[in-house]
Amino acid sequence: MPAVSKGDGMRGLAVFISDIRNCKSKEAEIKRINKELANIRSKFKGDKALDGYSKKKYVCKLLFIFLLGHDIDFGHMEAVNLLSSNRYTEKQIGYLFISVLVNSNSELIRLINNAIKNDLASRNPTFMGLALHCIANVGSREMAEAFAGEIPKILVAGDTMDSVKQSAALCLLRLYRTSPDLVPMGDWTSRVVHLLNDQHLGVVTAATSLITTLAQKNPEEFKTSVSLAVSRLSRIVTSASTDLQDYTYYFVPAPWLSVKLLRLLQCYPPPEDPAVRGRLTECLETILNKAQEPPKSKKVQHSNAKNAVLFEAISLIIHHDSEPNLLVRACNQLGQFLQHRETNLRYLALESMCTLASSEFSHEAVKTHIETVINALKTERDVSVRQRAVDLLYAMCDRSNAQQIVAEMLNYLETADYSIREEIVLKVAILAEKYAVDYTWYVDTILNLIRIAGDYVSEEVWYRVIQIVINRDDVQGYAAKTVFEALQAPACHENLVKVGGYILGEFGNLIAGDPRSSPLIQFNLLHSKFHLCSVPTRALLLSTYIKFVNLFPEIKTTIQDVLRSDSQLKNADVELQQRAVEYLRLSTIASTDILATVLEEMPPFPERESSILAKLKKKKGPGTVTDLEEIKKERSSDMNGSAEPTSVNASAVSTPSPSADLLGLGAAPLANSAPPPSSSGSLLVDVFSDSASAVAPLAPGSDDNFARFVCKNNGVLFENQLLQIGLKSEFRQNLVISSLISFLNHFLCLNLQTKPVDPTVDGGAQVQQVVNIECVSDFMEAPILNIQFSPKQEVQNIFKAKHPMDAEITKAKIIGFGSALLEEVDPNPANFVGAGIIHTKSTQIGCLLRLEPNLQAQKWLVTMDVMTENLAIDLVFLQKFSRTIGPFVAFQVANQDFDHKHSLKIFMSSSCSQVGRLAKC
Amino acid sequence: MINAILVFNNHGKPRLVRFYQHLAEEVQQQIIRETFHLVLKRDDHICNFLECGSLFGGSDYKLIYRHYATLYFVFCVDSSESELGILDLIQVFVETLDKCFENVCELDLIFHMDKVHHILQEVVIGGMVLETNMNEIVAQVEAQSKLEKAEGGLSAAPSRAVSAVKNINLPEIPRNINIGDINIKVPNLSQFM
Repeated sequence: MPAVSKGDGMRGLAVFISDIRNCKSKEAEIKRINKELANIRSKFKGDKALDGYSKKKYVCKLLFIFLLGHDIDFGHMEAVNLLSSNRYTEKQIGYLFISVLVNSNSELIRLINNAIKNDLASRNPTFMGLALHCIANVGSREMAEAFAGEIPKILVAGDTMDSVKQSAALCLLRLYRTSPDLVPMGDWTSRVVHLLNDQHLGVVTAATSLITTLAQKNPEEFKTSVSLAVSRLSRIVTSASTDLQDYTYYFVPAPWLSVKLLRLLQCYPPPEDPAVRGRLTECLETILNKAQEPPKSKKVQHSNAKNAVLFEAISLIIHHDSEPNLLVRACNQLGQFLQHRETNLRYLALESMCTLASSEFSHEAVKTHIETVINALKTERDVSVRQRAVDLLYAMCDRSNAQQIVAEMLNYLETADYSIREEIVLKVAILAEKYAVDYTWYVDTILNLIRIAGDYVSEEVWYRVIQIVINRDDVQGYAAKTVFEALQAPACHENLVKVGGYILGEFGNLIAGDPRSSPLIQFNLLHSKFHLCSVPTRALLLSTYIKFVNLFPEIKTTIQDVLRSDSQLKNADVELQQRAVEYLRLSTIASTDILATVLEEMPPFPERESSILAKLKKKKGPGTVTDLEEIKKERSSDMNGSAEPTSVNASAVSTPSPSADLLGLGAAPLANSAPPPSSSGSLLVDVFSDSASAVAPLAPGSDDNFARFVCKNNGVLFENQLLQIGLKSEFRQNLVISSLISFLNHFLCLNLQTKPVDPTVDGGAQVQQVVNIECVSDFMEAPILNIQFSPKQEVQNIFKAKHPMDAEITKAKIIGFGSALLEEVDPNPANFVGAGIIHTKSTQIGCLLRLEPNLQAQKWLVTMDVMTENLAIDLVFLQKFSRTIGPFVAFQVANQDFDHKHSLKIFMSSSCSQVGRLAKC
Repeated sequence: MINAILVFNNHGKPRLVRFYQHLAEEVQQQIIRETFHLVLKRDDHICNFLECGSLFGGSDYKLIYRHYATLYFVFCVDSSESELGILDLIQVFVETLDKCFENVCELDLIFHMDKVHHILQEVVIGGMVLETNMNEIVAQVEAQSKLEKAEGGLSAAPSRAVSAVKNINLPEIPRNINIGDINIKVPNLSQFM
């Protein structure tokens, strides 16, 4: 029997709806609606009291009108009146109207709350249900104020009917979502957790939803739910498909509840109790096993329900990220789904794999599916699925497959949907930068991006390519050549003109030797694009022109002619006009020297988080851009911690300074290698500090490290590119009172002894320093240990030559590096010696360099010496600093496989003593 | 959480609209229009999930939909819901409608809007899933209809007769017994219509 018989409809309503449906035009429809609204208004305002049937009919009409997209501005009062009716039908329609049409800040809310209060107190389960539904649907703050105290009582009361409990649980959940501050935790919380054991699966489902949300904010309070959820899940998973009767959905036992329970478990780490943990692992294995069984029904609903549970189980496995065996099985299962004929499953498999890719255990396993994913990108008909494929490729990318993935993404970009192009552009730009081994590849990739999807290349992307080219001079010549070639295309994107203009303005000289890209040709090429460009690009090009005046004096007059033309000097745009006037003037009156100073090459940009990454994060919301590197880093520092307890790894610290024989500028008077840990009585780990006043902020992450030692005895205390300090602590109880306590120390809480160690630490080596600490009395503040460390100023490095060891080229490189070439100072004429001064705002730092070639071995020995004294440089500054003398890095790059970290190390150890500080108990 | 449940036909005419977050009337209409355009251009047999961009003001939301004959059922959910689970829920909702209306069609949704809302209310409240067991849902709806029928007979009667019945004054007697009583009297009263 149908639950709704068709004959009992309201005739007036049916007539009205038919009228509307017969309307031939929008105007006719509006006319009919307005007529009806007027009719209802007059009925509501009329003297005659309306019976329930009429009220219901009119309210239904209003709902219908609302559905058609017309605002309803009356009838609320009538609806509220219906709430206090004793009749179910009237009450029901009143509540419906209010749930659909009343917004939360309505003035009527007090009246509504009154009616709800009465119904909640009525003990009539039907009325209570209506009232609870209304609270859940409206969920306003006023309602939370009125009922947040009451509903938990209804929820946990012993005599509440199951259906009311279900509604009450969800009602409370809604109130908690809108006004968490108004829902106090209390005695009821533990009783709510026990609802997980309820007989009625509907109640368990509603309770699970509630607990999941509450547990996210108050994990401690609901900790006990883990074991209950596991045992419930286990009972469902192992039950025969008919055991749960009505809650079996197409042969799958209680799929919805299983999904909710698995979600709840994702609020917590893996259970600590081995029994619970074992049971959960068993459940997850059973779910994975069931996926391999033949389906019990051919209906899509069966596989949907089964897979809903399976995907949630996989999410939990990924969340726990602790059982390599399960992770690999999950990955294989997803791999199967990647080729499933159901689009939905392919979509979800791609999505889940994205999170799996960031797990260390399964990253490699995910990578094996790269061909399938690339294929999905090419063949999927559905844009949602393709987008997931892009996300997954991004997540599985690492150094080993970056070139392939970037190439595939670029390919896809040509045909990609417009809606996702910008995102792909950002992703390609990030991957290209992050995994660039060879920066020429990076430049090619970005120029390709601009060529393929210029409109979607945001400012961040082309700013970034310029930053990188300016910061790395190994790529500048290549970049200039490549943009020059790209600009030859008859139609090129304006973004390319911008990049081209900027790069040629800076580095056009590097390709000017080639007659095919002589200064004049470069200029003419750029100027041919000028008139097609927008004002900001033209302004940029004008700056390029004035830079050309400096770079290429031979075309100065040509450029001056252009600047002098009416279209520039009298341009309607103020910015362009001003630039033209000023640049023209500058080029006329300034001497070559002044021009050279004013128009000098751009200084390197400070290194910071890629602005593109920031943009992608903003676009996708925080937390969605998983950075595998970061996660890995965290992990590996963890593991190092247990593997090598006490290690001090300093990088290349060299033999005594030969700088005196270079120029006689004098060796830096700074003391070499201060002894490691000095037993100063306090426990401040003060890394790299040579003066107490110069203190850099805590190294990032050190706070986390600190926190780890609250519960751990071993681990890495501090780590940067230069130095790693590990700590291994052992605790012993002294039964004999030590006589070593001196009178001097007796007022201190700690008694400290150190053993002398070798004062120098070789690169890559470990030194162990044993510190005996005796706790004399209790103390409040975390003690601080000072560790001082000063790297040598001079550094040597040997590397294999990658290029022919040609004297002239090497000289050019040293000059290009920014230092002067000193000939005939070194006793060995084969050696190259350079000297330069690094100018900073506050100080000037002398810098010496000697290159000794070994032609037989095809190796170079490079010695650097930087004269610094009492210069406190924090780590950030140091990075900038190494960039200031960046050409050296670049020089090394040309000869060696590029390893940024490595070269940075050299500079850090060569530069000066630095300051970092870490507080630690 | 489910943010909205939208049912519209192949021409984009809304047939059931339920928002569980407060949005102005114009915004609601715009969301309905944009959702329709999003799902309309997708052929059948492709994925049932799609990102809806900033339609609901956040990037976290997804549209999960099914297309039945002339109607689209679209649920807009956040990431706390299982996609396949919601797909099943749509199926449960539609199968329930089918049971309640006997071969449900678009016209049922138009002419029995209130009933459809009441049925939905037994499945989802405040954006959260209340019940997924179809038999339980149908049982609740049947109980409602019983109550309605009992009262429907009354309200159709002339008010004099109604007040006469009311004067019998049975408020203390539990409700369902009361209903049984009145039910018997209905045939006699209805001839006054």
